[in-house]
Amino acid sequence: MRLEYFEMIDSVDAFDAEKGHIEATAHVPDGSPVFEGHFPTYPIMPGVMLLETMNHASGYLMLGLNQCSKLPFFVGSKRVKIRRFVTPGQVMKVAVDLVHEGSGFCVTKGTIRVGKELIAEAEMTMMLMNFPTPELGAEVVRRAVLAGMKLPVTA
Amino acid sequence: MSSTFDVVAKVISETSEIPLEQITPESHAIDDLGIDSLDFLDIVFALDKKFGIKIPLERWTEEVNEGRASVDDYFVLKNLCARIDELVAAKNA
Repeated sequence: MRLEYFEMIDSVDAFDAEKGHIEATAHVPDGSPVFEGHFPTYPIMPGVMLLETMNHASGYLMLGLNQCSKLPFFVGSKRVKIRRFVTPGQVMKVAVDLVHEGSGFCVTKGTIRVGKELIAEAEMTMMLMNFPTPELGAEVVRRAVLAGMKLPVTA
Repeated sequence: MSSTFDVVAKVISETSEIPLEQITPESHAIDDLGIDSLDFLDIVFALDKKFGIKIPLERWTEEVNEGRASVDDYFVLKNLCARIDELVAAKNA
């Protein structure tokens, strides 16, 4: 993870298009400017960044399902629960399932675990929109492929 | 058995916290009930699940934007219910 660049997912470990399921890994860095403020002398991952991590995995799931034809934009979340602290150096396992794919939007459900412990969960709604620029499409695909997704080379 | 309108009104009431008695077949989802686009996504999600359909929101938006349909065709509730009935009938055909 590079928190200050909003790069939340290090690797995609499993992707199942038929089941609408993805698993990913995110290594919390030992140091980051984020931890200087959250919190001084007591660094823990901000809850919003845990939600964002589930969102990114959710985005990769949708990019894989729609073969990069649409870009998922996070527009809402429900039933967000942050159950435990996550500290620098810990390894988070993220899993996301597709709950519903509607016309131009989707609803997913994600979890984060560290070891066997459930850390966070959320239901997320995303709008599926055309890529605003080809450059963004190419960059999103490049990052997804770097993370391990098998996607078309261009969006 | 509940009518399509009863189901739609209940979903809107629960999703958008609008009293059920304020919702009528003539209500306009945006102008009368003040439902915004994000609330409408939640409503469509719930209606998709309730009726086992996929409301073609993208096509409807395109039709309205291109002037081939009016907003009322989809957002006045009696019209929305008619569209849902068509989708359910097509699914069961």
